Amino acid sequence: MTMLLSLIVEPGFFASGPVRTAAVVGGVAAVVSGAVGVFTVIRGQSFAGHSLADVSSAGGAAAFLLGINPLLGFLGMGVIAAACMELFHVDRASERDLVTGVVTGAGLGLAALLLYLDVTMSSTTGAAVTVMFGSMFAIPASIVPLALAVGIGALVAIAVLYRPLLLCSLDPDLAAVRGVPVRLVGLLHLVVAALAVALSAMTVGAILSTALLIGPAAIALHLAKRPGMAILLASAIGVAATWGGILVAYDSYEWTGGHGWPVSFCIVAIIFTSYVAVAQTELGGVRQAPRAARPPVSSRD
Amino acid sequence: MINTWIAATLVAAVAGVVGFFVVMRGAAFAAHALPLSAFPGAAAASLLGVNPLLGLLVFAALGVAGISWLARRARRDLATALSLVLLLSLGALFLSRTTEYFQATYALLFGEILGVSRAELWPVFALSSASIALVVVLFRPLLLNSVSPEIAETMGVPARLMDVLFLGVVALATAMAVPVVGTLLVFSLMVGPASAARALTDRPLSAMMLSAGLAVVMVWAAIALSFISDWPVGFFVGALSAIAYFAGRVWSSALPLRRAAAVGAP
Repeated sequence: MTMLLSLIVEPGFFASGPVRTAAVVGGVAAVVSGAVGVFTVIRGQSFAGHSLADVSSAGGAAAFLLGINPLLGFLGMGVIAAACMELFHVDRASERDLVTGVVTGAGLGLAALLLYLDVTMSSTTGAAVTVMFGSMFAIPASIVPLALAVGIGALVAIAVLYRPLLLCSLDPDLAAVRGVPVRLVGLLHLVVAALAVALSAMTVGAILSTALLIGPAAIALHLAKRPGMAILLASAIGVAATWGGILVAYDSYEWTGGHGWPVSFCIVAIIFTSYVAVAQTELGGVRQAPRAARPPVSSRD
Repeated sequence: MINTWIAATLVAAVAGVVGFFVVMRGAAFAAHALPLSAFPGAAAASLLGVNPLLGLLVFAALGVAGISWLARRARRDLATALSLVLLLSLGALFLSRTTEYFQATYALLFGEILGVSRAELWPVFALSSASIALVVVLFRPLLLNSVSPEIAETMGVPARLMDVLFLGVVALATAMAVPVVGTLLVFSLMVGPASAARALTDRPLSAMMLSAGLAVVMVWAAIALSFISDWPVGFFVGALSAIAYFAGRVWSSALPLRRAAAVGAP
């Protein structure tokens, strides 16, 4: 048994400080992302989720510039972006994507400016890459308390929002009739998604936080019919993929002669192959995908 | 400097033309995802010592394939997101291999519009001609399919094929534009001007040409502003694109007022 374990896990894995920090921060990010991601997928807001990541990276760049904690930069920018998207809200889905897109473009333009100022004003090299792709094994341990606090806060918010958010996501008209403040709930959903994205941005990077947000959720929605079950499953799958990815990335230093594969790649690869596996068996089998995950009649957006 | 203006004009014109359909089909996410998906291709190409343009084309095509294949198993936005993250993670893998990190990445993401050489103009010219030619040929069936896929299908326009072709045109425009304006800005050029154009006119052909015109004006303004302030072009493109979109929305919402004023005039 120990022989098998030592085959899979390279020496020093469990003892490594960076690995432990990565596992904790990544784990928290995965749990929160999976949970809120279920709602994001049901609401068809994958673009908004991705967009929050892109715009938040402007916050990361700002943090470099101001010398503050990058997580705070991400969070601040993410919340602003969420507010913008909800402020300019429209009802038609394709219109909504357009607003999301425009906010993304503007946010990225801002990121371009801030990164440029980063380079000219300080000497932080590699800022663009770090901000966007994350550097999982380089997370400072001092961030862990803040990450945990944000993660717990986000989970509490999801628990409180659970019923109204579920109703708004599945049947907004009914929710409105019942007196649920649909737009407020929508805004809060985006804010919690921004929190999840900020957490994952520290680990897999802004661009790939989308994978943690919607991947496990998409898989879970294929497997579970009840939303509550889907949320638990999505979080579990997210954590499994994150820890698995960390392991593979750590091990890969051995196979690749000291260079190693980036953790973000390993995690996304696991998530993607899992999704394809689940979706593929769906097609062959009798079981129908839940309504939220099934493609609509026409082939365009 | 003249090369920059020429390249930017070509890129903007094509982006405006393609953007007209992007806005009409509500395909904003795909228009954003395809340039980002193409980015790893450039990274892979420079790893292999191959022309980055080739890498961009291959990965943009992979993006199209990914979205189309996944769209049969999942909702459209989910398919786009999954295809995007897969290709981006590959990008992370390739990037981890190279040593010239920052400048190359920054250029790929935000463009090196002010550094366009004469040699780089030819591929831009070729690809933009190809893109526009494709749009001209496909204009009617694509328009039909964009307005109503079901009716188009009954008229002999295969919906799935049109969708793949549309994505293909976006991919082509992407590959051409990325080296010039960068992955993150192609998209702004496609969306902002087209939205404004759509608010100003109902007629498809006019809207498309107006969209191209507005995109060209936008890019010229962005280059000029960047030249004066030394700030990156991308910042101005993003900002101007947002302004264009919101101006369009304000104009559209003022429509009832304008109509009332027209009717009320003696």
